[in-house]
Amino acid sequence: MTKANENELMKIPHKILEETYKAGMEAGDKNRSGTFYHVDQATVYSKVNKLFEGQIELMDTKAALKKYAWLGDYMWKLVDKDKDEYTKKVAEDWSGGYFMRIMPGAEITFPLQSCLLITQRNLEQRVHNIIIAEEGSKAHIITSCVQHSTVPKASHLGVSEIYVRKGATLNFTMIHQWSENTLVRPRSATEVDDNATFVSNYVCMRPVKDVQMYPAAFCNGADSAVSFNSILYGNKNSSMDIGSKAVLNGKGSRAEMISRAIAREDSKVIVRGLIEGNSPDCKGHLECRGLLVDEEAILQSIPELIARRKGVEITHEAAVGKISEREITYLMTRKLSRDEAVSLIIRGFMDVGILGLPEALNAEIKRIVEASTEAS
Amino acid sequence: MNILEVEGLSVKVENKLILNNITFSLKSHESHILFGPNGSGKTTLISALMGLPSYEIVKGKITFMGADITHKTVEERARLGMVVSFQNPPEITGVKLVDLLKLCLGKNPADNFSDEEQALIDAFRLTQFLNRDINVGFSGGERKRSEVLQLIFLKPKLLLLDEPDSGVDVESLKLIATELQRYVESSGSSALIITHKGDIMDYVKAKYGCILLGGQFHCFTHPMKIYDDIKKLGYEECVACRVRTTEGWQFDQSK
Repeated sequence: MTKANENELMKIPHKILEETYKAGMEAGDKNRSGTFYHVDQATVYSKVNKLFEGQIELMDTKAALKKYAWLGDYMWKLVDKDKDEYTKKVAEDWSGGYFMRIMPGAEITFPLQSCLLITQRNLEQRVHNIIIAEEGSKAHIITSCVQHSTVPKASHLGVSEIYVRKGATLNFTMIHQWSENTLVRPRSATEVDDNATFVSNYVCMRPVKDVQMYPAAFCNGADSAVSFNSILYGNKNSSMDIGSKAVLNGKGSRAEMISRAIAREDSKVIVRGLIEGNSPDCKGHLECRGLLVDEEAILQSIPELIARRKGVEITHEAAVGKISEREITYLMTRKLSRDEAVSLIIRGFMDVGILGLPEALNAEIKRIVEASTEAS
Repeated sequence: MNILEVEGLSVKVENKLILNNITFSLKSHESHILFGPNGSGKTTLISALMGLPSYEIVKGKITFMGADITHKTVEERARLGMVVSFQNPPEITGVKLVDLLKLCLGKNPADNFSDEEQALIDAFRLTQFLNRDINVGFSGGERKRSEVLQLIFLKPKLLLLDEPDSGVDVESLKLIATELQRYVESSGSSALIITHKGDIMDYVKAKYGCILLGGQFHCFTHPMKIYDDIKKLGYEECVACRVRTTEGWQFDQSK
């Protein structure tokens, strides 16, 4: 944005920036339509690639509230301020967050990237993000949440409210790279209008102390659609409770949820999914597959389907089970060690293809997944 | 010279004794054919030789190329040069045939196949399966072709083949058997082939055959001879005649 602003990014130690690159951030804006960094309690960088000026707005939420009086109406509209202690805390005091707006009809061919970074010990980061995909727009957003590995303990409370307007398509991919001592409480909700599509991808490959979230999408528009896809890798002492909720209010609205979860070591992974059909002719499908690598870990799948109208068609399939010894042995007869065989099976299982990303992003996420699951 | 020597081998599966005190050896640079009715323990034998779990060796010793491998892991045996083809290989979601073939060749995922390797993949009619998940939706014949190609790519010293010819069409059988023979001959390796049919012997030049029945080896002689007798007399009678040696591959090779 400004010169001073760019210098701020230079102040972030190179080592920390490198970690964000491993979490999907890209240095420079060659392949990105915009870049945003919120470090600890301040937005230090936000810049739109020249090629996309006028098509995207990107700034700190607090700055955006000053600029646009109307934005107040978008705050705490989808997420209830009093939902829980975490939303209350963010409502009380927050340090900013990202405001992203894709202008009407704009087709953003490069992903927009954002990073929420924690570098201070014992910090409780509280952010409030707003995304508006205006009518007929198309965009991919990749957002990485990273805690620097030397920070012993921290927490992240993030409220996100996302609006996908008529005929717009928004593909939102969130990558979490926290540390073994981070408490994480995202609170997100999305409103999807007529003929609009929202795709929410969540990838969590690194150990995290405790993450619990249950983002909701309200498909209020006729023929609106939402997809929630998650790739979860529970390892070490991670506790992950990841849900997704789709409320199908619009006529002919659709929801799809696909998750691939791995649990190993002392991790506990819960995958929840709820599809609620409140209008005629809405459709939903939920697919959850879980793979238990050893018997110390726990994997739990909790699908819920609610139908309130005639013609609602909602289905689910869930399967959790221990990794197949037969498959491991088979690969070992092909000269792989046991560890190599297990990691090959895990990598195959964590099919990034379910995220439906464009090729370049797909390759990036695949790299992240593979780096985390390589045989030790 | 023997590549494999088995002394007094007894194997249990789910606590049931399947092989009882078997002694035999396989010769270097030769293919051996193993016959036997369903359930006679053929698969158990090669599984135990490969060290697959749930095949418990309760007694005996396996020596492979001079080294005692009785207690070695599957991976160690594979690395020493022993490989096995599966009758029913597992389907592994997300693991592509192309990746597995590269692993067999000792290549990295980013490496390309050599022209020669690609030609073999083409010959095995597996090119269009390269980016498919291993064995997922493969027909019986496709699985067999994929198994045998993997084994050849592993460049083994000893191939243990569990019915490579069952459920494959005539053309595939010819292909599989011809390529097996080509590999065994050019590499100087050995093979132990389980089969119920004689057709594979049209292409694989095997001088040695025997029957596994009742947990014991019987009737060591030329495999064609055995096959003819089985067809004529059935397994039981074939074994009961006791004309041929039970002491191993010591017989008149003039057929």
